[in-house]
Amino acid sequence: MTAAVAIKPRTVVLAAAFAIAAVAAALVSLSVGTTRLPLADVVEVLLGGGRHGTRLVVLELRMPRVATGLLVGIAFALSGALLQTLSRNALASPDIVGVNSGASAAAVTVIVLAGTGGGNISGVAAKIGIPLAAVLGGLLATTIVGLLSIQRGVVDAGRVVLIGVGIAAAANSLVAWLLVIGDVTDAGRAAAWLAGSLNARTWSDAVPVGLAVLVLLPIALTFNRSLEALVLGDDVASSLGVRVSRVRIALLVVATVLAAMATAGAGPIAFVALVAPQIAQRLARAERPPLMTTAMLGALFVTVADLIARNGLELLRVGPYELPVGVVTAAFGAPYLIQLIGRQQKER
Amino acid sequence: MRFRVSRPVALLLLLLLVVLAFGASLALGSRWLGADAVLKALVEPSGSDADVIVRDLRLPRTVVAVLIGTCLGIAGALMQGHTRNALAEPGIFGVSSGAALAVVLGLQLGLADSIRTTVWFALVGALAATFGVQRLATRGSGSTPVGLALTGAAVAALLGAFTSAIVLLDADTLDSYRFWAVGSVAGRGLDVVVQVLPFAVVGLLLAVVNARDLDLLALGDDVAAGLGLSIRRARFVGLLAIGLLTAAGVAACGPIGFLGLLAGHVARRLFGARNSWLIPAAGLTGAAALILADLVGRLVGGAGEVQAGVVLGLVGAPLFVLVVRRRAVAL
Repeated sequence: MTAAVAIKPRTVVLAAAFAIAAVAAALVSLSVGTTRLPLADVVEVLLGGGRHGTRLVVLELRMPRVATGLLVGIAFALSGALLQTLSRNALASPDIVGVNSGASAAAVTVIVLAGTGGGNISGVAAKIGIPLAAVLGGLLATTIVGLLSIQRGVVDAGRVVLIGVGIAAAANSLVAWLLVIGDVTDAGRAAAWLAGSLNARTWSDAVPVGLAVLVLLPIALTFNRSLEALVLGDDVASSLGVRVSRVRIALLVVATVLAAMATAGAGPIAFVALVAPQIAQRLARAERPPLMTTAMLGALFVTVADLIARNGLELLRVGPYELPVGVVTAAFGAPYLIQLIGRQQKER
Repeated sequence: MRFRVSRPVALLLLLLLVVLAFGASLALGSRWLGADAVLKALVEPSGSDADVIVRDLRLPRTVVAVLIGTCLGIAGALMQGHTRNALAEPGIFGVSSGAALAVVLGLQLGLADSIRTTVWFALVGALAATFGVQRLATRGSGSTPVGLALTGAAVAALLGAFTSAIVLLDADTLDSYRFWAVGSVAGRGLDVVVQVLPFAVVGLLLAVVNARDLDLLALGDDVAAGLGLSIRRARFVGLLAIGLLTAAGVAACGPIGFLGLLAGHVARRLFGARNSWLIPAAGLTGAAALILADLVGRLVGGAGEVQAGVVLGLVGAPLFVLVVRRRAVAL
């Protein structure tokens, strides 16, 4: 079924522009840090040359972080685009349907309970335990939300959001309790993770997210036509031959796994899933968030935000501290969303 | 099986539930006391262990639970009515986040170090956030329900980000903040009640006034305006009530989530959409829920306690899901 989906040139151009901007931001991110490298050196290393020391800094230290940022941005944004389209609710994002909260609760459980009180947890638990817990927790929470939202065999969009809020509240109170019973350094580590951070990422963080994006992005794109129909309403969609309930469940799974893997890689980075689809949809003048454009915008958003998170406070001469990237995405994402809502209200 | 009782009877039954919960909260805990011991402690205390437990430990936190549960329950019902959004809740509205940020700033600056001083920071933060959201959401042609809810969510996330930035840069602040942020009535004395009482009382009075206006607003803005209602004023009074009630709650007990959401939905299910019934019912439901949550946390915790905020999250979620599944989602 190679149904014609009218892909507007505007959308394609936007996606390409965001992709190029994201790569450019990633290059800058590879060049700045405690040792500042000329962009030319970075490019040289990426092309296979360069001195040994430069290669080490770029490829071993900075590359995993930058790659994780790009991939996590794609995953969160795509997840948000799918959920917003499915639920026809601009508020819908992984945090609302329970992915983030489930993943957070599970990961914080590992951090606090496996914590030794020194802020460090043993190798295996840290390397595999936290990401694995995050994915399982995210999937579990969303499965519960999904199952509870089914009524008479139909997944009701409004109910998904509402039940998601309930499950998120339960998970959040578990997190609050874990933070209280835990040692203060473990709690600090958990709080940093909860804010969404790309600090000290390694390839073992980037690769799982990369695999998820590699597999799930094409799958999501094959549903483009069904999504186009779903925007018109369930009745219209099913009269066009879309199996509404089945498509919804399939895409819910895709969105969940994407967000869970991203959360496992970098913590629940705020606002990417909520804002990127909205901006992309607006700029593309579309009826729903265009998937590819949203994904590229997500990558750009997270990469630039991390650049600011790493260097912002130092540039402001507040201190040598690094902020978690999630603080920056919220600081920029929230005002944008507020301004967007204001503009929409004026247009009414 | 279906019971049909009139609304006044149902409201009395809810009140009875609050009274029973109150009694249970005085009697039960790590040491179980009989009804006669509780009564004796209240009426003619002799300074025995039982008297100290009831009067100094259990009575203050139970009174706090009644007051704050009522406030947050009504705040939730008002918010759901004004935003016409089933998700509306002090937490989602950004009010709790505003209070949290103010408290963290107070802790960081060394100005807030005990519950007594924290109270004022929470009050200022909650009120500022309520009106900030209100102002932001009413630019343009006035506040649409979706716009209000979305703005609240955005503000909540923004304030939450600043809070975590401050908390992460300073371990001491994190240490104080995490105990406040979990939401609990433990250790809250009657002095806390006295401090938040004026805010609570004014908020409750405004809520009563606002209930009738909400019924008109539910007919649609145009119809309500046609019937002579000043929509702008009705929304302002509602917002003020929500801000005051939530501020009182957050100041006294920290950001207790779920209570507004839960109480609003339970009351709506029991009493329907008429706000003159719905709002008192939500208050009573909130009070009963918070007392029982605190009691359960005391009973299951063993040596330590599980905070009421945690219990409400864990026990409230299934109940909430049940409510959601049984009734149509749209308000």
